[in-house]
Amino acid sequence: MLIKISNLEVKYGSKFVLKNMNLSLNAGEIVTIVGPNGSGKTTLFKAIIGTVPLSKGTIEINPNLRIGYVPQQLKIDQTLPITVERFLKLSNINFEKSLDKTELILGSKDLLDVQINSLSGGEMQRVLLARALINDPQVLLLDEATRGLDQPGVAAFYRKIENIRKSTNCAILMISHDLHVVMSSSDRVICVNGHICCQGTPEIVATSPEYQALFGGDVDGTFALYRHHHDHKHDSKLER
Amino acid sequence: MLDDFMTRATLAGIGVSLAAAPLGCFVVWRRMAYFGEATAHAAMLGIAISLTFEFSILAGAILVSLIMASSVTILEGRSLFLDTLLGVAGHSSIAAGLVIVSFISGIRIDLMAYLIGDILAVSNMDLLMIWIGVLIIFSLIIWRWSPLLLVTLSEDLASANGYNPKKENFIITLSLAIVVAVGIKVVGVLLIIALLIIPAASARSVASSPESMGIIASLIGVLSSILGLNAAYLFDTPTGPSIVCVSSLFFLIFMTANVFLKK
Repeated sequence: MLIKISNLEVKYGSKFVLKNMNLSLNAGEIVTIVGPNGSGKTTLFKAIIGTVPLSKGTIEINPNLRIGYVPQQLKIDQTLPITVERFLKLSNINFEKSLDKTELILGSKDLLDVQINSLSGGEMQRVLLARALINDPQVLLLDEATRGLDQPGVAAFYRKIENIRKSTNCAILMISHDLHVVMSSSDRVICVNGHICCQGTPEIVATSPEYQALFGGDVDGTFALYRHHHDHKHDSKLER
Repeated sequence: MLDDFMTRATLAGIGVSLAAAPLGCFVVWRRMAYFGEATAHAAMLGIAISLTFEFSILAGAILVSLIMASSVTILEGRSLFLDTLLGVAGHSSIAAGLVIVSFISGIRIDLMAYLIGDILAVSNMDLLMIWIGVLIIFSLIIWRWSPLLLVTLSEDLASANGYNPKKENFIITLSLAIVVAVGIKVVGVLLIIALLIIPAASARSVASSPESMGIIASLIGVLSSILGLNAAYLFDTPTGPSIVCVSSLFFLIFMTANVFLKK
C-alpha cells in the first residue's frame, strides 16, 4: 500500500471540508475521484502533499515515496521570467536523464525554450505533467489535468496516463470531470462530497443511488449532467 | 581609506543595494511589496524601543520587523484581508514608534535620519554590520535559491517535492527584516522598500530568467547607489532620496526602451 488515509478530517475555520475519509492506494492502481465543485477533492490532494493541516485522522505515506503532482492550474506572475526548461529543471536532478521522456510528453523540443507565461492552457498542462513525471513517481496525483484540453486532447491525455501506468506500474489518483472517460479507464471510482458518498468499480459506482443523486442518471452516454442535490442524506452526519 | 566618509557611504550603499536587489525580485514575484513596506514601517517601532531601553537599534529593528511579519502571516486568512492587516500593522507601528521617540527626553533625536537615512554618518561599525547582514542574506538566498523559486511558483508543487513552504517563506521574511535593519542608515525605513522593488522592476523588462533578473537588478541597485550618492554630494541634496531618484530614473529608461523596442 502506497498511501493510507484514515479517518481524515479537514476544516477551514469552523467549516468542515472533508470528514470521515478513509482511502488507500495500491501500486499500479488507477483511482478516480469524482464529485461536484467545492466537494473537497482538491483539499484532499493538498492534505496528501501536506499543504493543508489535518484537524483529525492520519495520512500514512512512506517518506521515500516519490509523488508526482499535477495541479489544477499554475498561474505564474507576469513579473517572473522563466523558461519551460528552467522550470522543469527546478529541484529536479533527473532532468537530463529523462529528457527523452520529457520531450515525448511535451510533444516538441522547441517548447523547452518558451517562456512559461506565454504558454497556452494545453501546453501548460503538458509541461506540468512532464514535470511530475521527471522523477519517475510511484504515485501520480492529477487534479483536473485535462482542463483546457479539447476532446481529442482529453482522449490522448488518458491514453498517455494508461501507458505510464503500464510501463512504470505507477499508481494514479486523479480528480476528473470527464465522467465518461473516467468510467472506462479507472480501476476504482470514489464519489466525494465532503465525505465518501460511494466507491467501488466504475460499474458499481455508476449504478449506485448516491452517484446518480449527484450526477443524474444519464452517465453512460457522453453527456453527464452536473447536478447536485443538497438535500440528499447519508448515514454520516456532515455539517453544512 | 575607510577614514573617508564618502568611501564609507559608498561601501554602505553598495552593500545594501546588493542584498536588496535579489531579495527584491522575490518581493516583486510574490507580490509582497506591501508586505515589505509594512515590515519596514514596523522597524520604526523597533528603533523607538531600542532608543528607550538603550540597546542596539539593529537588533530592535530586526526583532520588531520579524514579530510584525510573523504575526501578520499567522493572522492572515483568519479574519481580515492581508493588505488591510498589513496596512493596520505597518502604520500603527510607525505611528507608535514616532510617539514613543517623542517621550524620550535628554538626547535630541534626529527623526529624519531614521526615516530617510543618513548614509554620510555611517561609521566603521555600521559598515561592518551592514556587510555582515549582506553576507547573511546572500548566503540564505543562494543556498535556498531553487526551493525559494519553487515555493514562489507554487507552494503545492514545492510541498509535493518535499520542501516545507513555511520554512522557505520564513527565509524571505527573515531576509526582509535584516535588509530593513541594515538599510536604516542608508535610506531609512520609508525608502528601503524602493531599493527592493525598483531595481527588480527595472530588470524585469530585459531579463529572460530568474537568475538574470537577480543579477541585473543588483547591478542597477549598485549603480543607483553610487550615482545617487555622487549626485547628492554634487547638488547638496539628501542622500537616501537621491539614491532612490536615480534608481527610479533607471526604471523609467528601461520601461520606455521596452515600450519602443517592442513596437
